[in-house]
Amino acid sequence: MSATPSSTAYRQSPVSRTVAMLVLGVFTLYFLTPIWWLFIAATKERGDLTTTNPLWFSDVNLLENLQGVFSYGDGILPRWLLNSVLYAGVGALVATLLAGMCGYALAKYAFPGREVIFNVVLGGVLVPATALALPLFLIFAQVGGTNTFWSVFLPSIVSPFGVYLARIYAASSVPDELLEAARLDGAGEVRTFFSVSVRLMVPALVTVYLFQFVAIWNNFFLPLIMLRDESLFPVTLGLYNWNTVVNQVPELRLYVLTGSLVSIVPLIVVFLLLQRFWRTGLGTGSLK
Amino acid sequence: MKITSPLLGAASVALLLTLAACGGDSGGGSGDEGAADGGGEAATACEPSDGEVTLTFFSWVPGIEGVVDLWNEQNPDIQVEVQTGPNGNSGTYQNFFNQLEAGNPPDLGQIEFDALPNFRVQDGLTDIGGCEGVMESQEKFVDWTWSQVQLGEENAVYAIPQDTGPMAMFYREDLFTEAGIEVPTTWEEYAAAAEQVRENDGYITNFSTSDINQFAGFVWQAGGSWFGNEGDSWQVGLDSEESVQVADYWNGLIQDDLVSTLPPWTTEWDNAYNSGDAWTWVSAVWGANSIMSGAPDTEGDWRVAPMPTWGDEQAAGNWGGSTTAVFKGSEHPHEAAQFALWLNTSEEAHEALIEAANLYPATTEGQQLPALSEGVPFYGDQKIYEVFTEAGATVPTEWTWGPTMTQVYNDVSDGFSAAASGNGSLAEALTSTQESTTSALESQGIPVGE
Repeated sequence: MSATPSSTAYRQSPVSRTVAMLVLGVFTLYFLTPIWWLFIAATKERGDLTTTNPLWFSDVNLLENLQGVFSYGDGILPRWLLNSVLYAGVGALVATLLAGMCGYALAKYAFPGREVIFNVVLGGVLVPATALALPLFLIFAQVGGTNTFWSVFLPSIVSPFGVYLARIYAASSVPDELLEAARLDGAGEVRTFFSVSVRLMVPALVTVYLFQFVAIWNNFFLPLIMLRDESLFPVTLGLYNWNTVVNQVPELRLYVLTGSLVSIVPLIVVFLLLQRFWRTGLGTGSLK
Repeated sequence: MKITSPLLGAASVALLLTLAACGGDSGGGSGDEGAADGGGEAATACEPSDGEVTLTFFSWVPGIEGVVDLWNEQNPDIQVEVQTGPNGNSGTYQNFFNQLEAGNPPDLGQIEFDALPNFRVQDGLTDIGGCEGVMESQEKFVDWTWSQVQLGEENAVYAIPQDTGPMAMFYREDLFTEAGIEVPTTWEEYAAAAEQVRENDGYITNFSTSDINQFAGFVWQAGGSWFGNEGDSWQVGLDSEESVQVADYWNGLIQDDLVSTLPPWTTEWDNAYNSGDAWTWVSAVWGANSIMSGAPDTEGDWRVAPMPTWGDEQAAGNWGGSTTAVFKGSEHPHEAAQFALWLNTSEEAHEALIEAANLYPATTEGQQLPALSEGVPFYGDQKIYEVFTEAGATVPTEWTWGPTMTQVYNDVSDGFSAAASGNGSLAEALTSTQESTTSALESQGIPVGE
């Protein structure tokens, strides 16, 4: 929020400090209120949802709700969570590896067409994932691949932004001299990459991983179009499905809320674990 | 990121159209879809297939797997695989069109009555009128449902009706008794009662300006129809006499502040019913569950009466309901039709569907099942379904849905919302939608007649 302080402004006056804190406080409240609301709603009984204060507890019923939501529909929710973790967790890992290798190659090897390839990849950053979902569906339909795990997983392992970030970072943080030295010592290119360069690129790679993890987790449209088998759904799509039939099955209203609360837990965990790398990585990207 | 529907929908439709234009040639030229095409054309013959058959069936009915399992146990040679997703307008219809384009739709799919004409116009459905037992089952179904699956053609049947939403009036018996107001039986009495209710600081009901299906049900009851379909050409009747009459009636109530216009399906809306601000709701049979879940504090206070009428003659509207259709390209229309008939006419399937998702059957027999003949505690043990069964029999058969209902709903809803906040009237919204609908049909190359 507040810009990096310059040397003169380093000692802030109490007034500007207070104002800054106030602004930050308001924003924090703004972002945390919906989560608080969700948490409160998930602890309530169904009847209390519309009748009691939405921002404070009535009868705390969280455990029963959790039991209910995890066992509804033959326990499909844990399956959806697992799917999401597979799509986002493993998908982002593969995406990071590919983006790291690609960006590294573009930064460190001079070959004809290098800039063309890089510009095409940059162009890819501009195309939103939503716009690609339908063409991807038609392509997968041609090879009979819709409604499979791969129809969501394969498109998820591509990250143009990751390639861009990895290239910028590799160019500035992996010295050519170090690569020369590794080659002189007899290391092959692959080994050099994995045992020397990757270590230097860790902050950028973690950033790519986080970005891609969130992007896959939030990519709702692709699974919506591709999948028809409930057991392949990510948790976002599954909860959305439940939400569209709450008129027919009223208890689902509460399960959608409780399920949503459960579904943000993995995101929070990933962020808390990796946030310091994320910050470093973002800063690096912005300098170049 | 949440899907922001209208814009995204429009974008994907545009994209689809472009792609369809590109893909059309290659599909026809290579001819590898020959088998699928043949299946569609041979529908009038509708021969059984040899050997074991596996069908795919898409439905968003919660718990449908359990119902289909019953069929699978009894029919080892015709196994049905369930596919699922969000309800029709939340993405599934768009998916169906994408799948038809890509040549891989399921064999059967759930389609609501108001969406059937769109699928028919896009040539997405198989005519199962020639399949064994389909024509003979007509008498089992409530009259209006059958005319809506024939889509104006003499010997064609494009889907098997599944569930319906006959309308009646839910009302707060305790409040009416306490205030000494007669429960209205005609719309005239309803308007008079509205004034008395307002004097008691309540609203007689909440008029939905955003979910247009309720209003459509009102026009349907009045004997109007927004569309007509003779042969190839369509008529548009949004500004027809009955339609405008109903619009003027509600417009008056809104102008005089006798009804509220809270957005339906929101917490505010639930609260209005839960707190006793709203005294009646003219709604479909499934509304019984909406009140139970949205207004839990009012247990025992509600009753159900037939919806108010325009004259002496009993008539009811309908709000909602869906069908089971066989998609174009299914290689086993005979088996698919048999499954659709079983799902929507057999007692065991009906019982399972009521149990799983409170579906209200489209057959007269299904509506008599024990599960629908009992008193409901929330409604003071009234046998509320009897009211709906009688209502279902009086739903006019003239009503026809059009091929561009999404556009119609959006345009009417825009106009109604504006009218509710003081800009224009409900009737003006219908007139402008009449024009926009006509041009929407023409731009799709669908002939519009007078």
